[in-house]
Amino acid sequence: MYRFIWRLLPGGLPAKLITVLLLVTLAAALLWYLVFPWLELHVPLDQVTVGG
Amino acid sequence: MRVMLRTFGEVSITLGLVLLLFCAYLLWGTSAYTERHQEELQRQLAEGPPAREEALGRIRLGRALALIRIPRLGADYKYAIVEGIDAEHLRQGPGHYPGTALPGQIGNFVVSGHRTTYAAPFNRLDELRRGDDVIIDAREARYTYRVTGVKIVLPTRVDVIDPVPEHPGKRPTQARLTLSTCHPEYSARERLIVYGVLATTQERRT
Repeated sequence: MYRFIWRLLPGGLPAKLITVLLLVTLAAALLWYLVFPWLELHVPLDQVTVGG
Repeated sequence: MRVMLRTFGEVSITLGLVLLLFCAYLLWGTSAYTERHQEELQRQLAEGPPAREEALGRIRLGRALALIRIPRLGADYKYAIVEGIDAEHLRQGPGHYPGTALPGQIGNFVVSGHRTTYAAPFNRLDELRRGDDVIIDAREARYTYRVTGVKIVLPTRVDVIDPVPEHPGKRPTQARLTLSTCHPEYSARERLIVYGVLATTQERRT
């Protein structure tokens, strides 16, 4: 999978490396700011109230 | 076949990394959120003159109610208590159960807070001992509650927030305090409860 993506990336080695770095950062930011806050609501990890 | 196996391996490693990142988010990302909101809440308290409705003893959901200080947990231990116990409120700081007594009032002043995520304000509640002070700095006065007991209960024990804890229906004659958080850490299995009773009230001179 990653080998396939690597081949799809345009340019030489430096260009590919920079693109990979950008893609990874983008994926991490999406997870951190959008996916995780939503996911956290559904993880009963830190329930502090009684009843409800 | 080889390609399939390799892809499966890659996806598994990726999911593992995402899971690690999620743990990092729970521990640190959520704290950053709480700290941002605490700044705003503590500013609301510092700014001070209570709105008319708040002077009447009603606090709007999501508004800052008072500061909680616990000397046993450090001289700089200080969080703004927010009105409300929904997820959105508890993310901002310890939350006061709407409908339970306000600080200093006869009845039970009930506050819940996160133990492990969202800055974990109540992380070390288990270190409190009988006789420790819990200071509630409201706008009008400083209320010092004295801890009377620490216990672990099941999440179904709603009687811990009764006006007289564990005595449903009994009429309160004292100003009490109940703090609650989860127990054990990282679990939703039980609740850690701290009881207190009002010891002193210092009116704020204005």
